[in-house]
Parts: sequence; C-alpha cells; structure tokens
Amino acid sequence: MPVHIESVSHRYGTVAALEGVDLDIADGETVVLIGPSGCGKSTLLGIIGGLLKPSDGVVSLSGTPPVESLNPFTYIFQDFALLPWRSVRDNVGLPLEHRAIPAADRAGRVAAALALTGLTDFADAYPRQLSGGMRQRVGIARALVVRPAVLLLDEPLSALDAQTRQLLMDDLLAIWGREPATKIYVTHNLEEAARLADRVVVLSRRPGRVREVLRIDVPVADRARPEHAARLAEVQRRLWDLIRDEAATADREMVDG
Amino acid sequence: MAERRPIPFRGGGFDPVPRPIVPWLALVAILGLWQVASSTGLLPPLFMPSPATVMRALVDLSADGTIPRHIEASLRRMIPGWLIGTAAGLAVGIAMGIFSTARASGLPIVSALFPIPKIALLPLLILWFGIGEPSKIATIALGVFFPTAISAYSACDSVPRNLIRMGQSFGLPGADIVRKILLPGAMPGILAGFRITASVALLLLVAAEMIGAEFGIGAFVLQAGNLMQTDHLVAGVALLSILGLLISFGLGHLERWVLRWR
Repeated sequence: MPVHIESVSHRYGTVAALEGVDLDIADGETVVLIGPSGCGKSTLLGIIGGLLKPSDGVVSLSGTPPVESLNPFTYIFQDFALLPWRSVRDNVGLPLEHRAIPAADRAGRVAAALALTGLTDFADAYPRQLSGGMRQRVGIARALVVRPAVLLLDEPLSALDAQTRQLLMDDLLAIWGREPATKIYVTHNLEEAARLADRVVVLSRRPGRVREVLRIDVPVADRARPEHAARLAEVQRRLWDLIRDEAATADREMVDG
Repeated sequence: MAERRPIPFRGGGFDPVPRPIVPWLALVAILGLWQVASSTGLLPPLFMPSPATVMRALVDLSADGTIPRHIEASLRRMIPGWLIGTAAGLAVGIAMGIFSTARASGLPIVSALFPIPKIALLPLLILWFGIGEPSKIATIALGVFFPTAISAYSACDSVPRNLIRMGQSFGLPGADIVRKILLPGAMPGILAGFRITASVALLLLVAAEMIGAEFGIGAFVLQAGNLMQTDHLVAGVALLSILGLLISFGLGHLERWVLRWR
C-alpha cells in the first residue's frame, strides 16, 4: 500500500537525527534506504512502523489494509528478535496468538509461512540450534504470517556472513515475487541496494535528509542475468560516489557529539 | 635449500581437562588423613571427633529419631519462610521491572534495606511476633525478600529491549508482552536468585535457631557445643552441608527443566 512520509524530523535530546524527510512510496514498491552510519535510517524505519514518535511530521498509509492483513506494518529485524524459549513454529505463531482467528486458520498460516521459507522440517527446533541464516528465515516467516501491507526490513542481512547473505537475498527475491506488500528496506550494503531496490533513497549524514533518489531501471527479477551486471555495477559505483565523502566525515565524528 | 624445522607447540596447558576420579580421591584422602590424625591422638577428640565417631553419631541419632525431629523443625521454618519471602520478592521485583512508578518508588527503598543483616531484626521481630515460630519464619522471609526483589527486578531489566519492541511491533497487548516475553526472558535471572536466597535462608535459619529454639539443626548444634559433644556438633554441621547440597541439587534440576530451551 502507498506510504507517505511528510516532513518527518526526529531529535534524540539535542541531537538531530532526521530533518525534513519527504518521501512517497508506491503500492508494492521496494524502496531501499541507504546512508552513512548514524544517518537516521533505522530511526526513520522505526517512525514509519509506529515504534518511535517523530519530533515533527507525519507518516500515513493510503487506503485501508486488506482484512487478512493482521498487522499492516511488520518488521524484520537485524538481530532476528526471536524468543529463544519458543520453537520455530511457536515463534512464527506468536503474532497470531492474540488475534481472534480460528485455530485452523492460525495453523494454516503458520504452516504456509514455514513452507515458504523452507522451515517445515525445522518447525520443532529451537533458535539456538539454527544457523544465522535459518534464524533470519524464522524472522521472515514470522513477518509473512500476518500478511503485512508494508514490510519494514531493518538491515535484515547485516548480521549474516557474506555467503549466507547471498543465499538469503535470493530467498527474499523469490518470496517478494509473490508478496504484494510494499517493502521499505534499510541497509548500508550497496550490493543489496542494487539487487533489491526499485528505488534507492540516499540519506545524508546526521541529521539525515533525502539527498538523492535513484531509480534502478532493470527489473528486479532480471538482475541476476549477466547482461545487467555492468549496469548494476554502475549503480553501485554511483551510490558509493554519493555516500563516500559523507561516510568518511561521519566516521570521524564523535559518536555522541 | 634452507633447513626445515618443525614449529614447536606452545598452546594448551591452561585448557581444563576432565579428571573424573580426582574429586573422590581428594575426599577420601582428606577423610583418611583426618581419621589417621584422630586415631594417633594428634587430634584430641574433645576438639575434633574422628570421621568414624561422627558417622556413628549420625547413625545413632538418626535411629533414635533425634535427627529427623530436628530436621523437621528446621524445614517447618525454612520452607514457609523462603516461600513467603520469594512470593513477596517476586511480586515487588517484577512490578519494579514493569512499572516505572514502582521502580522509582521501590528501588531506593529496597536498595537501602537490602544490606541490613536481617538477623539484626530478629529481636524486633520477637517483640512483634513472640519468641515462637512466626518470628523465625519472618526473619527468613525478610532475608529472602530483598535479594529476590533485586534479582527479579534486574532480571526483568536485562531482557533485551529489542524483544519487547518486537512484541510491540506485532501489536501484542501489554499483558501478553509481560507473560510471553518479559517473564520467560527474566527466568534465568530469577532462578539464579533462588540459589542465593536458598543459602540466605539456611544461614538465617541456623542463626535464628541458635538465638532461641528447642528443636532445629541450629539449636542442636548449639546444645552439642554447650555440652562439649563435638561428635554431635560436627554431625549437625554435616547435616547442614547435606541439606545445602540437596537444595542446590534440586534447584539445578529445576533450572535445567525450566530453561531446557538453552
């Protein structure tokens, strides 16, 4: 569903994290937010999902979410945020337990989400028994089970090693083909941005502002093909050109200054 | 071509290696040395009875019902005292972990009263409740209450904020966040607190029984000392050690069962 971000600003005490961010996101679009560390991209994601109250500005959703969407704005977290005392199945079922839906529907949704993420055989395992990649698949299944209208992905692959990251990126793309949700994806990884985004929003360093919006004209489904490799490499180079100086400056700033 | 020399090994050494028989050997060695010292007269029986004498005292006193009677009297104080203190401590500690107002009002008070050695309050509690059982149970309950409240509070506090955010992001009601995220997440810390409060309860039990009781392991040890029956005295101390070990063993099992997801 279309999401509208209107002149959103946020301050932590006296530190301005975001300043006057305006952004319209179309239905079903994948928007990747990138920027130097500390630019407020995770803060913006927290505001969009209603976990943080912006100091100024409004985030709104056009239209009414479909009835089967139990939790219109749904997160996938960098550190997975799984409950270690619950099995995979019970972690995935957690968001449904307090909803008034028939038990059969509940079990069906959980089974479908487990199947989609390749977790069916691991349903009774506990998070500690799983690799990082499998843990994040649980996080993805838990998000899909509520049929989100807007998926908010907060550096979902950053805690994974490079190889697992590649595998999960492919999984995300396969899942996204069937998911109508609008996706807002925060990362600092340029390769992820070039692979996954319809549009990349580059934020400036603190306080974060929209510095540039870059549309990638290669269809997401075709990006693995070799004839597009040069184009995507160019996109990554362009993104790096936009970020490099600011990242270098941000790197030299005192963290709490 | 240069000469090839193998690289000398310099790791290892500090790695713990399992030594399954050594603990038993050490125990046997100590008991053996002790017995030898007693048999040769190096340890006068008035100061320190031999292990064999202590064993005999334990067997005799068990057979004639003395030990069971004292143990029963002790457990009738320790178990209610620990349960009352734990229930109240968990209620206050968890409330401080959930509600900012409870934390702001309760934490300074609990922290200020926590360091008081609770046995110092026994005379006051005797004035309130009389010399009988309630004052002893109250001392134990009070001693258990404060560490329980503090460990339950910090256990709630140490539940990762991100898990709570996750619950909020899925629209879980507050009660569900407490029941499904906060309390299970605080369980390891709460159970670790039980180990501390069990030893506090045992300590206060013995102290309270030495101050004024006819029965109970503490009273038994004190009487044995007054009568210079060192074999009974050491037998009583051995009982306390066994009681402590049993409690710790039981709590270990409880922990492994409750935290089986770890």
